Amino acid sequence: MPRNSNIRKVLVIGSGPIVIGQAAEFDYAGTQACRSLKEEGITVVLVNSNPATIMTDKDIADMVYIEPLTVPVLEKIIIKEKPDSILPTLGGQAGLNLAMELDECGFLKEHHVKLIGTTPETIKKAEDRLEFKLTMEKIKEPIAASKVVENVEDGVAFAKSIGYPIVLRPAYTLGGSGGGIAADEEELIEILANGLRLSRVGQVLVERCIAGWKEIEYEVMRDSAGNCITVCNMENLDPVGVHTGDSIVVAPSQTLGDKEYQMLRTSALNIIHELQITGGCNVQFALHPESFEYCVIEVNPRVSRSSALASKATGYPIAKVAAKIALGYTLDEIKNAITKKTYASFEPALDYCVVKIPRLPFDKFISAKRTLTTQMKATGEVMSICTNFEGGLMKAIRSLEQHVDSLMSYNFSKLTEEALMEALHRVDDRRIFVIAEALRRKVPYETIHEITKIDIWFIDKLAVLVSMEETLQKQPLTRELLMEAKRLEFPDKVIGELVGKTEREIKNLRKEWNITAAFKIVDTCAAEFAAETPYYYSCFGSETETEPRRDKKKVLVLGSGPIRIGQGIEFDYCSVHCTWAFKEAGYETIIINNNPETVSTDFDIADKLYFEPLTPEDVENIVEVEKPDGAVVQFGGQTAIKLTEALLKMGVPILGTAAEDVDAAEDRERFDQILEKCQIKRPAGHTVFTCEEAIKAANDLGYPVLVRPSYVLGGQGMRIAISEEDIREFIGIINQIAQEHPILVDKYLVGKEIEVDAVCDGEDILIPGIMEHIERAGIHSGDSISVYPAQSISAKAVETIELYTERLARALHVRGLINIQFIVCGDEVYVIEVNPRSSRTVPYISKVTGVPIVKLAARVITGSTIKELGYTPGLYKASAYIAIKMPVFSFEKLRGADISLGPEMKSTGECLGLAKTFNEALYKAFLGAGVNLPRHKKMIITVNDESKEEAVGVGRRFEALGYTIYATRGTAAYLQENGVHALKINKLEQEAPNLMDLIYSHEIDLVIDIPSQGYERSKDGFLIRRYAIETGVNCLTALDTANALLTSLENAKQRTLTPIDIATL
Amino acid sequence: MKAFLILEDGTVFEGVSIGSTREIISEIVFNTSMTGYLEVLTDPSYAGQAVVMTYPLIGNYGICYEDMESLRPWPDGYIVRELSRMPSNFRSEASIQEFLVKHDIPGICGIDTRALTKLLREKGTMNGMITTKECAAVEVVDRIRAYRCEKVVDKVSCKEKKVLDNTGFHVALLDLGAKDNIARSLHKRGCKVTIYPAFTTAEEILASEPDGIMLSNGPGDPKECVTIIEEIKKLYRSSVPIFAICLGHQLMALAAGADTYKMKYGHRGGNHPVKDLETGRVYISSQNHGYVVDVENLDSNVAEQSFINVNDGTNEGLHYLGKNIFTVQFHPEACPGPQDSGFLFDRFIKMMEVAHA
Repeated sequence: MPRNSNIRKVLVIGSGPIVIGQAAEFDYAGTQACRSLKEEGITVVLVNSNPATIMTDKDIADMVYIEPLTVPVLEKIIIKEKPDSILPTLGGQAGLNLAMELDECGFLKEHHVKLIGTTPETIKKAEDRLEFKLTMEKIKEPIAASKVVENVEDGVAFAKSIGYPIVLRPAYTLGGSGGGIAADEEELIEILANGLRLSRVGQVLVERCIAGWKEIEYEVMRDSAGNCITVCNMENLDPVGVHTGDSIVVAPSQTLGDKEYQMLRTSALNIIHELQITGGCNVQFALHPESFEYCVIEVNPRVSRSSALASKATGYPIAKVAAKIALGYTLDEIKNAITKKTYASFEPALDYCVVKIPRLPFDKFISAKRTLTTQMKATGEVMSICTNFEGGLMKAIRSLEQHVDSLMSYNFSKLTEEALMEALHRVDDRRIFVIAEALRRKVPYETIHEITKIDIWFIDKLAVLVSMEETLQKQPLTRELLMEAKRLEFPDKVIGELVGKTEREIKNLRKEWNITAAFKIVDTCAAEFAAETPYYYSCFGSETETEPRRDKKKVLVLGSGPIRIGQGIEFDYCSVHCTWAFKEAGYETIIINNNPETVSTDFDIADKLYFEPLTPEDVENIVEVEKPDGAVVQFGGQTAIKLTEALLKMGVPILGTAAEDVDAAEDRERFDQILEKCQIKRPAGHTVFTCEEAIKAANDLGYPVLVRPSYVLGGQGMRIAISEEDIREFIGIINQIAQEHPILVDKYLVGKEIEVDAVCDGEDILIPGIMEHIERAGIHSGDSISVYPAQSISAKAVETIELYTERLARALHVRGLINIQFIVCGDEVYVIEVNPRSSRTVPYISKVTGVPIVKLAARVITGSTIKELGYTPGLYKASAYIAIKMPVFSFEKLRGADISLGPEMKSTGECLGLAKTFNEALYKAFLGAGVNLPRHKKMIITVNDESKEEAVGVGRRFEALGYTIYATRGTAAYLQENGVHALKINKLEQEAPNLMDLIYSHEIDLVIDIPSQGYERSKDGFLIRRYAIETGVNCLTALDTANALLTSLENAKQRTLTPIDIATL
Repeated sequence: MKAFLILEDGTVFEGVSIGSTREIISEIVFNTSMTGYLEVLTDPSYAGQAVVMTYPLIGNYGICYEDMESLRPWPDGYIVRELSRMPSNFRSEASIQEFLVKHDIPGICGIDTRALTKLLREKGTMNGMITTKECAAVEVVDRIRAYRCEKVVDKVSCKEKKVLDNTGFHVALLDLGAKDNIARSLHKRGCKVTIYPAFTTAEEILASEPDGIMLSNGPGDPKECVTIIEEIKKLYRSSVPIFAICLGHQLMALAAGADTYKMKYGHRGGNHPVKDLETGRVYISSQNHGYVVDVENLDSNVAEQSFINVNDGTNEGLHYLGKNIFTVQFHPEACPGPQDSGFLFDRFIKMMEVAHA
């Protein structure tokens, strides 16, 4: 069927801020779909509140709205842009929910807008628990015995009838949010009550527990003519019980025979057919490990995280094809972009094995429970490709960048037999390492299987790796043994440790014995057809297929690896733009990355894509083949920066700012010299190595002081200390993380925190804009509300900032990007941090100023000057709009995580508020972050002693807005004394009604809890914050944030939101 | 033990011997199915060939004897990257290693099957030798080149008539190397199936007054089956509804005056899209053929194309004009592979119903 010519202008809804359960995969899908639509001459209107995305670039869509994803905002945009259609299946659950709401209220009909890709009926059939159940019953597809309940009593009654354990799944929530497995009635009541609150429609599915069954997924495509294919199937190493987003996943399935494979495939096709989906769809099955019995767990009638994984695992561009199908094309009309010979109706055949491992944030949230459940906790994931499973697993492990490079990386050898068995029962992110230890101790496969329910096949594969460890330790290293170890993807370093040689020695042996990595092509067809697209993975013991070109200058772009707190999608944005800019400048571009969710790992971004771990050894394998003229590391976050030294050793020049200058910015002594030379002040500080030295330094500087390890990401390990006890505690924590670098102790200054991104060509600088943080210094810049242009600093301070930026960029010989953080106290400007590389704020500043920062930086790196590129050096003219970047957190997903903000970053994503006025921008930003107040006009304030005075002002303003304020004794007394009518409420440990009862009353809009700093942190405050988060109450831990929210609320009445098309800026 | 795969162009792959250590020379073909290795091994259409599995991990779920598509494995040799040492499936009764040894099938593992597949793709299907003897390629290439895959239908077809009793239509299945699931698919639909050896005369088959005739899949060059084609011509002239698969499809085309030719490297796998030209619908099919019907010389008064391959446009099915005959190149009986086109058996039943009425 040819394309539907009635479709001319399509609105694409993005997925909003990155949160756990909804990450970069939707930027990937959305970007690919927008490009696919534009290829067909369609005008694309894009709306997404997330400014760090590539899809919100004006080169991707024709009109771009970075606006809160709410029904009223979308209505305004639709009225303004008059699209004829909406493509709702690319923006994850958020986009789908919004499209449904717009449809349900009749708005779409009224404005003659059609949902394309899938119909509202289809969405309902797949998403609404009851309708889904009825649909499955109709086509006789089995599902686990279940019932949709809307209250706890019904849930308890149903659970009694089917027996415990019971699985609970709230309808319309992200990443299984609010779900879980209940072992008994008490747990059921707790989880169910929470789930009912979190579900948009107040429904929770109470279901027979099929934990321990095999979890299998199929990615299916269907067109409007009814043609169906499966793109890929995947098997979870972790049986049912762990959310698929938190599971180790392998593609294709490994332990299914053809009978099982085809049975589930046919079932998936029946389902997509009955649901009449046009586009992509994901079907999750539970398969009984000892029979052909299966259950359909879930159907996602849209592209998903799994479809991003399936796209990267097979080379089949699901989102691109889904967009074409939405326009009316059938699968046999769409060319396979990889082979250019086959069509989209050809099912991919893999001749390799793909392994995905989730990136879990427990290194950031030490107090959070590591247990993996049906509620997703991973912030990102890594994927690896190899010709065998063991190698795939090894490559994926070292791609995680969590100081792990083999199954020996977590040491459980000290555990007693009993403790080890107990550990095997624990379902957490270290389970495979525990199994490896059990295998070392010769625990039988059967025992491990019985406890973990992990298939024997996978256990045996772990045993292969464990026995290689032992062989390397015990036997002489022959060529055959080394070849086998490399075939299993043991890194040289690990082999060296096992055989008692250095990494270098192993590398030399490999050279001598001619054991080198080969690169194979991902071609969708197992070599049946010649592929046009250069998408590679490495393996050992094979013939290489990559053919390096030598006719063009060649640049290596290092990606940023898995999405994690502190290093998010913004670095993928930078990597992609950098690649495009180098391409434009005539370079051949090569990307190395291992994150399947990203745009950078799409097969048509760079000239060549190597899907590989970002370790020195893996990068060197590529360097030896490609012999690039240079590498850029300044766009890929810490992941890329960390590779600088290794690249230099390989003889690869670092393009842009020299490595020694990057070092100079990090090295305290050298940096101090530069500051002195530039006559720039910084907060006084010392570099120390021991706890005693730190205490001495703190006494010398006077408390409070900032304590942090050097060379870290997102403020990891950074704390504000107000006492010696604090210092002892923090140094202890810092030393837990592998630390080869010194520790910094700085005087903590209270002032305005200012941030600047600039491009420098070695001579001139261009500052696109100056940003101001709403929260005072002490809260990580990534967690602060950031305002552009800076609102409250003096003209003199602005001038100084411009001057300092220029001096620093020159002194550090910056070529490319530099990010500087300042503290401004009155007219005084202090530098607190300089990073000669791209930062988290680059995408948002690029978009609001219209200055293509990454492109300029890349061009400067290739030799152009700022003037040549048509820009006047200095501070770029301020935009007519105010842009406010609001951090977004995923605390509700992480049981036990402390939500209070500090120098260590905790947010997972961000959204933008863009408007003519500060107040409107602020309101939009809060709205985009999901803060939609007021509702019940009741709130709780508890603050530490230092903040009580300031809290009075906050209380007064909330009172003026009509809020009833509850406070615990100390805060209540202080507020009352100062004329705020606060009601006293009992603390948690006191008798009811106490704080907890109040929170559970569901009438609290907001909790403001300012925790005591340092050692004396109150357990009470921690619990209050957790209760608030887990019941969906907004919770603020900084008074600056509270004041900003007040400003936004106070101006609520005069507001009419105006959507702004940033493509016109 | 070391093993070598030597191709007729002189390329040598060194790997590890699996199964029997017997030396063999055969035609090397590749199959891209990711599951169903036992079904592939026991598909009689592979007689006279050695199969390369492009999926690198083979044997993961062991051997489930009930999944066999015939009584024994047929390929001359088996070529894989890695054989699983630990089969894991609740139905598994043996490991693939044991199975290969038991049936004396020689093979090689540990080689770069992708590199081999690319060679076969670029140069076309080649002969090769699997041996555990180290020898210079030049010494054996002449022998390798001389190999011809011949008389394989004789080898694979049943020797005696067999009956699967049932109460529905009576179908005569001509076993040219049939996979068991063809008979099963008919039997499941209520048919009584009489399986005839490949060299049964048309007279004998027609004398049993079947409601329908099914021509099965099978190995080798269709043009070699001269006598069978003569019998099929007679079946063609009868008014009995006929459904044919793969080799059966090719033989019917030859019987009706069309031609076949050898493809460069054939279609073997479970992922090929075929398009039903009548409805426009596309189905993913299971495929295993090295020859194809030449539609250039197809008399448009005799038959028209009913299915084509979406990728390369080659013929995938014919519908005979004025006749109750339809034939397909792909495998609606699946096993291994997708079951999407299983409805063709229903179509055959319907055809018999109409003819009966």
